[in-house]
Amino acid sequence: MTGIPSLPPRDGSFFKNVLTSAGMRALAALILVLVLGALFNAHGTFFKAATHRDALRQASVYGILACGMTLVIIGAGIDLAVGSVLALTAVATAKMAIHWSWSPWLVIPAALLVGAGCGLTSGVITARFKVQPFIATLAVMVFARGLAKYCSSAAGQQFAGGMKVSTAVPQPDGTYQYVDIPGLFRAIDSRVFGQNVSVVTLIFLGCAAATYLALARHRWGRYLYAIGGNEAAARLSGVPVVAAKIASYVACGLFSAVAGICQAAQEQQGDPEAGVGYELIAIAMVVIGGTSLMGGRGGMGLTFLGVLTIGYLEKILSINAVPEAARLMLTGVVIVIAVLSQQRRET
Amino acid sequence: MPLATPSAELPAARMGEALLRMSGISKRFGAAAVLSDAQFDLRAGEVHVLAGENGAGKSTLMKILGGVITDFDGQIEIGGRRVRPRSPLEAAALGVSIIHQELSLIGPMSVADNISLARHPTRAGFVETRRQEAQARDRLARLGVDLDVRRPVEEYPIAIRQLIEIAKALSGDAKIIVMDEPTSALNSQEAATLFRLIGTLKEAGCGIVYISHKMEEIESLANRITVLRDGRYIGTADAADLPIPKLIEWMVGREMAERTPRTPPPRASTPRLEVAGLSFRARTGTNRVGVQDVTLQAYPGEIVGLGGLEGSGASELLLGLFGAVGHPVAGQVRLDGRPVAICSPRQAIAAGVSLLTNDRKETGLVLPLSITANISLASLPEISRGGWVSSSHERRIAADSARSLRIHARSLDLPVAALSGGNQQKVALAKWIQTRPRLMLLDEPTRGVDIGAKREIYTLINEWTRDGVSILLITSEMSELLELSDRIYVMHRGQIAAELERKEASAEAVLSAAMGGASPASETSTS
Repeated sequence: MTGIPSLPPRDGSFFKNVLTSAGMRALAALILVLVLGALFNAHGTFFKAATHRDALRQASVYGILACGMTLVIIGAGIDLAVGSVLALTAVATAKMAIHWSWSPWLVIPAALLVGAGCGLTSGVITARFKVQPFIATLAVMVFARGLAKYCSSAAGQQFAGGMKVSTAVPQPDGTYQYVDIPGLFRAIDSRVFGQNVSVVTLIFLGCAAATYLALARHRWGRYLYAIGGNEAAARLSGVPVVAAKIASYVACGLFSAVAGICQAAQEQQGDPEAGVGYELIAIAMVVIGGTSLMGGRGGMGLTFLGVLTIGYLEKILSINAVPEAARLMLTGVVIVIAVLSQQRRET
Repeated sequence: MPLATPSAELPAARMGEALLRMSGISKRFGAAAVLSDAQFDLRAGEVHVLAGENGAGKSTLMKILGGVITDFDGQIEIGGRRVRPRSPLEAAALGVSIIHQELSLIGPMSVADNISLARHPTRAGFVETRRQEAQARDRLARLGVDLDVRRPVEEYPIAIRQLIEIAKALSGDAKIIVMDEPTSALNSQEAATLFRLIGTLKEAGCGIVYISHKMEEIESLANRITVLRDGRYIGTADAADLPIPKLIEWMVGREMAERTPRTPPPRASTPRLEVAGLSFRARTGTNRVGVQDVTLQAYPGEIVGLGGLEGSGASELLLGLFGAVGHPVAGQVRLDGRPVAICSPRQAIAAGVSLLTNDRKETGLVLPLSITANISLASLPEISRGGWVSSSHERRIAADSARSLRIHARSLDLPVAALSGGNQQKVALAKWIQTRPRLMLLDEPTRGVDIGAKREIYTLINEWTRDGVSILLITSEMSELLELSDRIYVMHRGQIAAELERKEASAEAVLSAAMGGASPASETSTS
C-alpha cells in the first residue's frame, strides 16, 4: 500500500481521541435524551425514583435480547428469531410453572434449553450450512412462532392458533380452573433494595455483565471480533469459525429464553403472540450504541448505552402522554439521528 | 461516441510540451504533515516515475491531482492553465485519468457494464447494450485482451480485472494518466502487454505518471524520476542520471546495506517437510489451478523458493499444505519424518506450520482489530487460561514482537488498519512467529512493502532460518527469489517444472521453466 494510512492520523491529544470515540458519542445521545426528559418532565414525574425504576424495568427485557444480539452482530451475523423465541419460551415457562406446577429448578433449565435449542438450530443452519443469517434466522423466527402457538393450544386443537397460557387452566370438560400465580413468577416480578430496583433489571445487568466479560476478556469474544472483522483471515489464523459462530447463536437463544422467562413472569402468563417486533428493537439498541452491523466493531458497553437511550426515550414519551402514533414516529427519527452521529467519518 | 484508436482520439500534444505542473503542494491530516511543499511536473510523451517509500506522500499527491483530496495548499497547472479539481469528475474533464491500485470494479456486473459505468451509451434513457458491448470489446482490444464482456467481472482472475480497470480508466480524452502499481497483480506476459500500451500512449502524446516498487520496471520504463521522502520533494532527474543504487539512496535517505549474503545451512539427514505425489483439486467456480503430483523437500533452516508465473499453482500448494482447501486428492506429507494429515488451518498450526497469505487485507489481518489482538490471534489458546485471555501476557507478547520486528506504531491498541503496508506485514509475520512454527509458508512476504521494510523482512527471514525454521517462499520478484532461496522449485500449471540449486538459479532458468520450457527470449526482453 502506498501513501497515507487508511485512517487519518489523529493528533496525539488524549481528550480529543476520547471525545470522538464511539462510546462518547453513545453517551452523548443518552445524555441528550435525559436532558429532554428533564425539560419535558411531566410536572416533575421524571424526577421521581419510581419513574426511573419503571423505565429500567421496561427496558430490561429488550436489553436482555440486545445482549445476545450484540454477540451475534459482532460476529457479522443477525438474529431475527429472538422475539419468537421469547414467545416460545414464555409459553413453555408458563405451561411448566402454572399448568404443570413444576419446581423453578426444573422450569428455568428447561426453558433455557428450549432457547438454546432454537439458537443452535439458527447457528447450525447459518454457520455450518452457510445459509445467510438473515434467511436462516427468519426461518427459525417463523417456525418458533408456530411452535409457540402449537404448544399453547388446548389438547386436540393444536393447529387452531394458540391461546394465552394463564392461571385459568382449561379442563377436559371445557371449564376453567383458576390456580395461583407460581412463586417463581412472583419472585421475578418483585422489587428489591427498598422497592427501588426491579429484579428483572438485575437480571438484565447480570446478562450485560456476562456478555461484557465474554467479549472483552474471553477468547471466544476475541474470535467473534476476528470473524466479524475478517472471516477469511480469522479462519486462516486457526480461529474455529463455525464453532464460535454457532456458540454466538446459542448464547443469543439463551438470552432470548431468559427474556422469555421474565416476560412470562411479568405478564403472569405465556402469550404466543408476545415479542412481535422485539428483534427490531434489540437491533436498534445495538446499532444506536455504535456497534457496526457489518461486524467486528462495537461492544457490550455501547449496547448498554443504547438500551438506556431507547428505554428512556420511550419512558419520557409515555409520561408526557405522547400518543402512540407520534411516539413511534419520534422513535424512528431518533434512531436515524443517533446512528448518523455514530457514523465513522472516513476520508 | 464511437471509439477509435488512441492516436485518433487523443488531442495532438507536442512531445516534451508541459502537460502538468504542481508546485508548493502541502497537505496535513490533523497534526501530521503528509506533504510539505512538494512539486511535480509532467511532459507529453514521457513516463515520469514517482518514487518514494510507503508513506512518502505519493498517493496523496496523486489524490490531489485526481480531485479526491480538495483541501490543500499549492498550485496546479494543466496545459498552462491554473486549475483546482474539486472532484474526480472534474479531474477527468481536465484530462486526468487515474488507475487505482485498489480495484474499483463492481463484481456482479458485467465487464461491459463496468467499463462504461455512468457513461453508458443510451437512447431515450435506455442502455444500448450492443453498442456498449462493442465499445468495451474495442477498449479491451487496445490492451490486447479478448474477453466475453457479458460475463460478470468477479468470474475473472485478479490479473484480468486489473486490465479491465485500466480499460475503464482510459477514457477517450485522457492526457495525464496516473498508474499506481499497475502490475502488482499481473504476470509478466500481462505486464508486457501493459508496457506495450504505455509505449502507444507515449507516442500519442500522453504523459504517464508511474508509481511502482519494482526496480526492474522503473529501470526499463522511466524517462524521468521524481523522488518524495516523508512528504518532502527530494528531486527530479533523468532516468539515465539516477541509477538504482542512487535512486534507493534518494528514497531512503541512507545507504542501503549490501545484499544479505546467505550461506545455505548444512543439510540435516531428515527433511523438515517431505511432500510426495501431492495433488489438490482446483476449487470449483474459480479460475484457480489445482496442484498435481507435487514432490518436494525442505530441510531445517532452508529457504525453498517456489518460482512460477501467475496461475502456476504455487499459492494453491501453500494453501493446500496449510489445510485451507481440505483434503488432498492424493499424496503424502511428512513433517520431520512423520506422516501428517493436515485438513484445517487449526491442525496446521498445531503441527507447527504457519501460512502468511499473499493478501494481508483480504486474508491476512483483521483490519478493525487492534495491533495487539492481531498479533495474538493465532496463539490465543496459549495465552489464555480456561478461555480467559490474560491481557497483561498478551500486551507483553505484542510489545516484544513490536520491538523485535520493529513495528512502528504510536500505540499497539490502534486498529491495524492505521498502519502503513510494511508495518501491517510485520504484524502479520509477528502473528505467525508467536505460534513458534517449524515450517513457515510465506506467500509474497514483501508485496506492497517499501524498500526499508523489505530489507528488514529479509533480515528476519534469515534470522528465523538460523533458528532452524524451514521456509517455503513465493515471490513474484525475481531478484527476491534469487537472493533469498537456497533452492528453487519452479512450478508450471500446478506441477513442478524444475528444481534449481542456489548457484545454478538464474532469472532466465526460472522463467524458462515457469513458462513450461519455452524460450525465455520473449520474457527477458520485457523485464
